Amino acid sequence: MSSTNDMSRAEEFSFIIPSETAAGLKVQETIIQKLQERGFSERDIFGVRLALEEALVNAIKHGNRSDHSKQVRVEGWVNATKLRVEIQDEGPGFKINDVPDPTADENLERPSGRGIMLMQAFMSKIEYSEQGNCVILEKAREVVAGEDG
Amino acid sequence: MATGQRRIVVEEIGEVTVASFTDKKILDEANIQVIGDQLFNLVDDDGRSRIVLDFTNVEYLSSAALGKLITLDKKVKATRGHLRLCCIRPEILEVFEITRLNKLFDIRDTQDEALAGL
Repeated sequence: MSSTNDMSRAEEFSFIIPSETAAGLKVQETIIQKLQERGFSERDIFGVRLALEEALVNAIKHGNRSDHSKQVRVEGWVNATKLRVEIQDEGPGFKINDVPDPTADENLERPSGRGIMLMQAFMSKIEYSEQGNCVILEKAREVVAGEDG
Repeated sequence: MATGQRRIVVEEIGEVTVASFTDKKILDEANIQVIGDQLFNLVDDDGRSRIVLDFTNVEYLSSAALGKLITLDKKVKATRGHLRLCCIRPEILEVFEITRLNKLFDIRDTQDEALAGL
């Protein structure tokens, strides 16, 4: 199985949504459905759903500050073995190194600041643009025991 | 004050309040706000201080929901009460472990274990 062959079967998607979490949920559901159609495992879907939720809420609430005049762009592709999603807001961005470690003892009782850590834990790859207003999430399909493609 | 549909089912077992989530997905911001309000009311309005949160129905949980649980924990501790979490499925337990919140919360496997000695 070659990755070139996989790429040729990739389905691309693109959405522009308003800065509302309900709109983010719809996009999330659409992408999850594409994974389900391709037989991604429940564990993969759990991680992707969680990461998409965190990334979309970050874009809508922290990036665009729920400003209805601003939009969020979501685009990417999915094939039999991988999902890639790029989420960009119209906010000023941030530096990922400026985000405090939520697992440090002094931050453990803070009610927020865990989204990025969860995305990193459940996705295969997470990358921010230099400006910090665009995140790229990738999830490689889990190889389930007994499944050899 | 929380309005609309109840997002938690509350049951009294002895002197302990058992609150079970009705949602499978605690993800949506608006729902999380309502769930948070309903949980906080248990302490702020109803004066309950021994609480078990039952996660049997919960399949997904976001970081915003974790934030509400942390605030609830602080409220309960401020009353010198006790909060325990139980019946958390493995994927969600992993969320608690990754964020080290398994160190902050008192997590038990079953509701019986959570009730014991509370």
